[in-house]
Amino acid sequence: MNRSMRNDIILSGVGGQGILSIATIISLAAVENNLYLKQSEVHGMSQRGGDVQSHLRLSSKPVSSDLIPYGKADLIISVEPMESLRYLPWLSKAGWLVTNSTPFININDYPPVEEILKEIRKIRNHKIIDADEIAKTAGSSRSGNMVILGAASHHIDIPFKSLETAVEKFFAKKGTDITDVNIKALRAGREA
Amino acid sequence: MQKQLLLGDEAIAQGAIDAGLSGMYAYPGTPSTEIMEYIQSSGEAKERSIHRQWSANEKTALEAALGMSYTGKRAMAAMKHVGLNVAADPFINSSVTGINGGLIVVSADDPSMHSSQNEQDSRFYGKFALVPVYEPSSQQEAYDMVFDAFDLSEKYRIPVLFRITTRLAHSRAAVRRRLPEPQKPFRLPSDPRQFVLLPAIARKKYKALLSVYESLKYDHRLSKHNVFKDGKNRKTGVITCGIAYNYLVENFPEGGPDFPVLKLTAYPFPKDLISDLTGRCEEVLVLEEGYPIIEEGLRGILDNSLKIIGRLDGALPRDGELNPSIVGKAVGIRSEPLYKIPEVVRSRPPSFCNGCGHSDTFLAVMEALKPYKSNGVFSDIGCYTLAALPPYNIINSCVDMGASVTMAIGAADGGLHPSVAVIGDSTFTHSGMTGLLDAVIKNSHVTIIISDNSTTGMTGGQKSHATGRLEKICEGLGVEREHIRTIIPLRKNHEENVRIMKEEFDYRGVSVVISSRECIQTASRRRKSESSERKIQ
Repeated sequence: MNRSMRNDIILSGVGGQGILSIATIISLAAVENNLYLKQSEVHGMSQRGGDVQSHLRLSSKPVSSDLIPYGKADLIISVEPMESLRYLPWLSKAGWLVTNSTPFININDYPPVEEILKEIRKIRNHKIIDADEIAKTAGSSRSGNMVILGAASHHIDIPFKSLETAVEKFFAKKGTDITDVNIKALRAGREA
Repeated sequence: MQKQLLLGDEAIAQGAIDAGLSGMYAYPGTPSTEIMEYIQSSGEAKERSIHRQWSANEKTALEAALGMSYTGKRAMAAMKHVGLNVAADPFINSSVTGINGGLIVVSADDPSMHSSQNEQDSRFYGKFALVPVYEPSSQQEAYDMVFDAFDLSEKYRIPVLFRITTRLAHSRAAVRRRLPEPQKPFRLPSDPRQFVLLPAIARKKYKALLSVYESLKYDHRLSKHNVFKDGKNRKTGVITCGIAYNYLVENFPEGGPDFPVLKLTAYPFPKDLISDLTGRCEEVLVLEEGYPIIEEGLRGILDNSLKIIGRLDGALPRDGELNPSIVGKAVGIRSEPLYKIPEVVRSRPPSFCNGCGHSDTFLAVMEALKPYKSNGVFSDIGCYTLAALPPYNIINSCVDMGASVTMAIGAADGGLHPSVAVIGDSTFTHSGMTGLLDAVIKNSHVTIIISDNSTTGMTGGQKSHATGRLEKICEGLGVEREHIRTIIPLRKNHEENVRIMKEEFDYRGVSVVISSRECIQTASRRRKSESSERKIQ
């Protein structure tokens, strides 16, 4: 890839929802395209059902900071609707927010989903999809994260083919059945 | 060699393997855990027969690393920042004994306390022990510095401290590897009394250490990592330490800063380079992750010379980690208006996994304590610390590894009854066993509940030294057999578990309740790997 590019992406969700898999897959695709990248992630206590995030920075030039500055993220990819709002101060006014609409409710005071969606709709560029439902239709309720990645792929400056290759690499060890279902989920998300 | 995507932790681990490491020693602790985990899963480490088993705690890890160094081979010990407190005794003394094979101690600090009880700055320990410190700003530097650190350690025959912070530890970037070096041969110290710190010997060795510490800052293996770059705008000069450099450069995407910048990544700090900077600027801004160590050093006690900007005058927050936005503001970059977090967003603290055995243990403890009007129990560091949060609100302490046992002893001495400690299995073998021995010797009226999930859970399920040994350990320490009770924390056993706990609370002596059920996370991983093995067969 010769042209100049830069994508600053925040991934968000709840511990265990698979945001690190999304990060790893985009990273694999970025490496295939000879891009520089830095990807910071959360380990340890915060993973136990708490909110988790990852900063992923791709660029045709070397990346300095491991963290994205406030207001500079081009894209928030969230596998959970309330979590998509937690990192809004990072989102650039021109940036996109792509989120799952199915909530993950493990706290007593979880707000009504409609109130959350109302706030998301206030963001200039947003896309809300029911990734859990689309994943089920694609054949695996556990591939919601691939559906979201597919939906966000329009805003990542990496050829979609590379993302597919990365998904294949990522799931290779788990066999062709699991790989196929995740590719299917990725494509369904892209078309959603 | 080809580039590899590595976490900062993994870059250090790969660097150590490639620099001829023979022994890796560690106790898990966020954000340092992945250093050992990487070496344990590395095929190259296996081929080279690098020793790579977890230690009982950070002190035993560092001492074993020192023993490996005694044989002339290269060793590394890794821990989180508070782990270095546990290992402080061997660490400080190993600089006086000196080393034989190269020895690196990695301490991973956690500013902003993402997963820790404080944000202490390990660079203090470098000065305290009079050893050189490396503080890489990138994954590539982390990898490269390991080679210099081992060489430096062997040249001056002292241990070297590696300080990283959470963001570097847990951020991934491409790292270019070097050709691997061979491991060092077995070669015992030429002076058999090198490690004997009898006062007469220690005095001589300490004098030698003092002179080494003064001279090593001129060694190129340290000095090349401190880089001064002049700039035409000389009002404010900036000193950056470690990862803070990245946050500064991030704010100048076109051509970098136009003011003088001193990038510090190795200590003791270079007075000459600092003078170069301060000599040409009206004021100095200090950007450092952690405590204001350089800033305090520049200010001195009298604080009356140069204008210094940093964490102490409020230009930067006094606590918490830095980020590109905080640094941008300090260098006068104006920020655009930002989206705000809507009020509808609720906090989502970490919580016990569904079906966690700790949760059932605490539900029994809560009920068993009811008749005593007790306000809670002492506890310790692990997933089970989450019982401090609703709906449990049952633990009243989380101080340092093992402190639940010993605080319960002291509180019982002070008149508290029942005085109860809840400690995890791995925390117990880390630092709880010696406290239990105290309790036995004093015949303290305490009940120690060991919440045994047969793993080191919070850091991701590393092997626990306690697994299968707890009853024997307690018996061996002198707890009476009939007051070592083992229960299984399941809902169906609740009534019985409550009864057993109450019996032991009423006993005026040392009792231990081992509440034992495997962590559901490790159990599910184990089942998955067993079923995939069956498929292969």
